Parts: sequence; C-alpha cells; structure tokens
Amino acid sequence: MDNAASINRKHLAWIERIPGQYWAVAILLLLMPLFAGDFVLFQIFGWTFILGIIALSLMFLAGYGGMVSLVQMSVAGMAGYMLAIFGDSAVSQVSQGWPWFLAIPLALAIACLFATAVGWLAVRTEGIYTIMITLAIAAAFFYFTRQNYDIFNGFSGFNSVVPPSLFGVNWRDPVAFYYLSLFWATVSFLAVLYLSRAPFGLALQGVRDNPRRMAALGYNVTAHRVAAYAFSGLLAGVGGILLTWQSTQISPGTVGIGAAIDILVIAVMGGLRHPIGAFVGAFVFVLLKTFARDFLLILGLGGERFQLLIGLGFLAIVYFSPDGILGLWDKLRNWQKRDQLLEQKERNL
Amino acid sequence: MRIFAREHPIWTAIIGFAALVFVWLIFALWPPFLVDLIGKKKVFLSALLNGITLGGLYFLVASGFTLIFGLMRNVNLAHGSLYLFGGYVGYFAAEWTGYWLMAFPVAFVVVGCLGVLMQLYVFRKLEGQDLRQTLVTIGISIVLADLMLWGFGGDFYNIAAPSWLSGPMETFIATGTKRSTGELIFLKYPLVRIVIFFAAVVLGVSMWLVLNRTRIGMLVRAGVDDREMLSATGARIQIVFLGVFAFGAGLAGVAGVVGGTFQSVAPGEDIRFLLASLVVVIVGGMGSIPGAALGALIIGVAEQFGSVYFPTYAVVLTFLIMVVVLAFRPQGLMGGK
Repeated sequence: MDNAASINRKHLAWIERIPGQYWAVAILLLLMPLFAGDFVLFQIFGWTFILGIIALSLMFLAGYGGMVSLVQMSVAGMAGYMLAIFGDSAVSQVSQGWPWFLAIPLALAIACLFATAVGWLAVRTEGIYTIMITLAIAAAFFYFTRQNYDIFNGFSGFNSVVPPSLFGVNWRDPVAFYYLSLFWATVSFLAVLYLSRAPFGLALQGVRDNPRRMAALGYNVTAHRVAAYAFSGLLAGVGGILLTWQSTQISPGTVGIGAAIDILVIAVMGGLRHPIGAFVGAFVFVLLKTFARDFLLILGLGGERFQLLIGLGFLAIVYFSPDGILGLWDKLRNWQKRDQLLEQKERNL
Repeated sequence: MRIFAREHPIWTAIIGFAALVFVWLIFALWPPFLVDLIGKKKVFLSALLNGITLGGLYFLVASGFTLIFGLMRNVNLAHGSLYLFGGYVGYFAAEWTGYWLMAFPVAFVVVGCLGVLMQLYVFRKLEGQDLRQTLVTIGISIVLADLMLWGFGGDFYNIAAPSWLSGPMETFIATGTKRSTGELIFLKYPLVRIVIFFAAVVLGVSMWLVLNRTRIGMLVRAGVDDREMLSATGARIQIVFLGVFAFGAGLAGVAGVVGGTFQSVAPGEDIRFLLASLVVVIVGGMGSIPGAALGALIIGVAEQFGSVYFPTYAVVLTFLIMVVVLAFRPQGLMGGK
C-alpha cells in the first residue's frame, strides 16, 4: 500500500509532494515580521538562521559523512575575515574596499579552499581522530588571527563590516535582515536535503557506513570525503558572511574555541540525522543564550552561570538521547503510538 | 639503528651532521658572525632549556591522555579540565599544609578519584561508542570549566616553589667570556625547572618499565592490542580500565601542580593544555608513551624557539609541525599500525 502511494505521488506535481508541515512552517516564517518585534526578528531569528547554517554544515559532514569536524566555525570566520579584508571595513589600512560582487565570491571561494585543505588533512584519519585534528586546527586559526596584525588585524579584528545596500534596501534593517537570513537558511537547507538524495550524497552515506566496501565498489573514498568538506565549507562560508554582517564585526573572539564547540553543541543538541536538527538546535541555543540570564536569576544563581546550563543540557542530551532533540521527538511519538494493552511499540504496517 | 644507517647512508650522514652542529651550538663559544646572525647565545640556550622543560610538562599532561586513549580508545577532551583542577587542588594543598611537595600526592589522589568517578559513571555506561564518549567529555569539560570559574574565580594562582628549590642554578654550559679577565661565564637557569624536568624523565622511564616489564604492564599492553581477547582470558579488564583511567587522570593533576609552579593556574589554561596534549599526541603517535615523550619535546622546543625568534608565527610553527607529520605519517612519529 505504501508502495502504491509512492507511485501515485510520483504523478503529482513536485509542489504537491511537499509535506504539509513544510507549508505550515514556511508560512509561519514568512509572516513572522507581521507580529514579531525587531529584537525577535534580528537577534533571535536572524541569529538562529545564521548559527543554523553553520551547524548545518557540520550536520552534513557528521550526519552524512560520519566526520565530526570542529573547524566549521573557523571556516565561517575565514569567510567573514576575507569579506572584511577584500571588502570594506573601518580598518582602512588592511581592507581593500573592493565592491561586493568581487569580495563575496572571493570570500566564499577562500573559505571553501580552506575547508578543502582542512578536509584533505583530516580525512587521513578516522572517527575520533578527526575531532582532535580539527580542534587543533581551529585553535591554531584562532591564535593565528589573534597574533597576526598584517592580514587579520590581530586582537581587535575588523569592525563596521556592513552589507551592501543592494536594490536600495538597507539589509541590516531587522525585517530585511530577517528575510535575507531566512532566504539563505532555506537555500542551504534545501541544498543539503537535495544533496542527501543525489548520487553524491548517497555515495557519501555509503562511505560513512562502510568505506572498505565502497572502495571495493570503485568509489574514491578520499575524494568523496574531501568534496564533502568543500561543500560544507561553502555552507559555513555563507553563514560566516551573514554572521559578520549581523554583528558588523569579526574578531578572534568570533572564531574562538568556545565558539567552535558551540557549533558542535548546537548540531548535536538538535540531532544529526536530519538537516532540520541544526536549526532546531540553533533555536534552542539562541533562546538559552538570550534568556538564560533571567532564568538563572529566578533560580537564585548568578546570571553568569550560562555555560553551566549549556554544558549540563548538552551532557543530558548526549547521555540520554544520542539523536538530540529530534530523537526525543521520535521517542515521544513512538511512546504515544504504543499499544496500551500489549505495552509494545506498534509496528508500521 | 644500524639497519637504518645501512639502508639510508645519506640520511644518516645528514642527521649525524645536524647533531654535531647542534652539540657545537650548545657547548662552543659563539663566533661574532653567528651572534650577528641569530642573536646572543644566552637567548638561544634559554629558549632551548625552556623548551625542553616545557616539553617535560607537556609530557606529563600528554602521557596520561595517550595512555587512556591507547587502552580505552577514549579521547578524553576533559583532560585539560583535569589538569586545571589538579592545579587548583595543588595550590590549596600547598597553602594549607605549607609543604610544596604535599601538593603532588594530594593532586594525584583527588584528580585520580575524579577520574575513577568519570570512568565508573560515564564511560563504562557508554562503552564502545567512541563518538558519544568524546561528546560527553566535551560536555564535562564545559561544565567543569564553569564550576571551577565559579569556585575559584578568574584570578591567577601561582604555586610557590620552596626556598631550597627557588633561585637560579649555575650550569656547566658557557655562554661567553668576561671582557676584563677572560673567565668563562656560565649560564644560570632556575633550579626548580631542571628538577621537575628530571622528575618527568624519571616518571616517563618508570612508566615505560612498568608497561614493558611487569605483569600489570602486560595486562595493559594486551588490552591495547585486543580488549575482547583479554577479557575472554579471564582478566578483569574493568579493573585495569579503572586503574589506568585513575592513573592518567592523576598524572594530569600532577601536571597541573607543575604547571602552576612553572607558570600559573587560571581559567583558560585547561583549553591550552588540552590542545598542547592533542598536538603532542598527534605528532608523537596515539597511545604510545615514547611517542608522547618525543612529541612533547618537539612541541615544547618548537614553541619556545618560535616565541623567541618569530613571535608572530609561534603558533603556526607548532601547527606546521603537526601538518607535516599528518601529511607524511598520519599515525604519528612513533605510532604503529
């Protein structure tokens, strides 16, 4: 019956095949500016989409490629730095001031190259080694940007990096920025969704599950992995550029080790099995980061114990639900579906 | 070694020549042109000694890390937090008892107990799930870092070395001659760093001996090779795991005391030393004690030379070593596979 339904669905136009939940979420997000304030649009949702894009790049690598990389924030930071260096910023002795249509593609290309180089190094090792190596690279990048004054302007980094006013719109206006980040989040989400079902994505998942068999079948395992890094670098680069525009600055603090781990926390908290997990995780993280202070004050603790809250939450998620919040959701659904008399999970017929 | 010399005569000659040059650089009085080229000999020598003693400290941190990794395949990213916790514990132990030496056993035992708790309540529950274990250690390090910031504040703590160890020691290496009398001037170097370095060497050698010459070491090595077979032969592997984890964590605690004496104990040091041990272990080879020693020496010396001769790119030098090793020998210099 399931088979017949899928054949039937093939005849429908592609637009009718999009599940109902997607429509609901899309309409809700598109209409958000009608009832949400500037703070919610710019700080909460803008930031959620940006962190979500960067976490999505990690989700792509970890979920489909089986490679947990801590370098995604550095790649995002690289794109932001390159944008500030080639484009315009308050640090006029370093910034080249090139127009946006040169600076942005260049920034993305360099971020992509950086990710590819890291990938080329990291794929020589497997599993947990990858975490160690990417963590070391992320730390090296952080210290390098902090010490180098010729290119990266050292400790203070770059400020006043603003988006170009294209089509006469001020893209840092909350509503405009909301739509901008929503657009890129949607594009990234759909790209990952598409790629996960395209031949490349399927081969990548094969490589994740059994590299030796894939190699025996004639797939170039290393090339697939490095290509996955390159694509994730592109995603992280988009996120990095948006992040730089949102805060109008980029500095070593943006690419610190704490930030790199935050991305991992977001991706794992959300769940690595589906691209939407990255955005769910980012939303929860941003809410926590924004409102934890008030929450902690209610509990009678100091507002600065935010990291403790995040750490404990992360620990609980990893410890009890390996699939993150999405996994909790699935568990809840299964629990509701169980047969009350048999106390058994209902099987999908 | 002889086989290597026979197979690669040119490389052997180059290595031998480099070693000779190095020995000459240390013991000879430097001619003026060399001083013009790379600066005073005193600077060179203190960078070298600082690097070697820093390597000793790195070895203390990294050997526990690599031991735990080798046996349990567990990348303990909370190792830096254990180091920092050991530093705080050592500081308070030394303050209360008034004996610097007391800091070491107290830090070893307290941090070792923390390690036992982690192994019992966290890692044993997640056995065989490498990735989840690693993620859990990240969570633990976030929580521990914030708890320590809460408990001890953001201040710098410095563990004072006792009076019989403080002050400089005259070494036998000459750095120059006095203009007036022509007497040799010898390099002075802090005694405590030299003593601690030798303690690290003794510890390293005894660890190697225990691993290679005793029954317990045999159990551990068998566990590294094949845990399932070891437990099938009736060895109580969980106890071995517990012991190794406690010992590795305790070593991190001791290293914290050493680090607090050399430098200081402060928030952020946990990440610094976690990264140092990561790089050391990647360069040296995962799970190998001699590899950790070699890697620690290389990274310590490179870091100090880097910060003296090219301060802007010191970190990059360390990183570059890691990249080169990864590119040509992914399993690390001493790692066998």
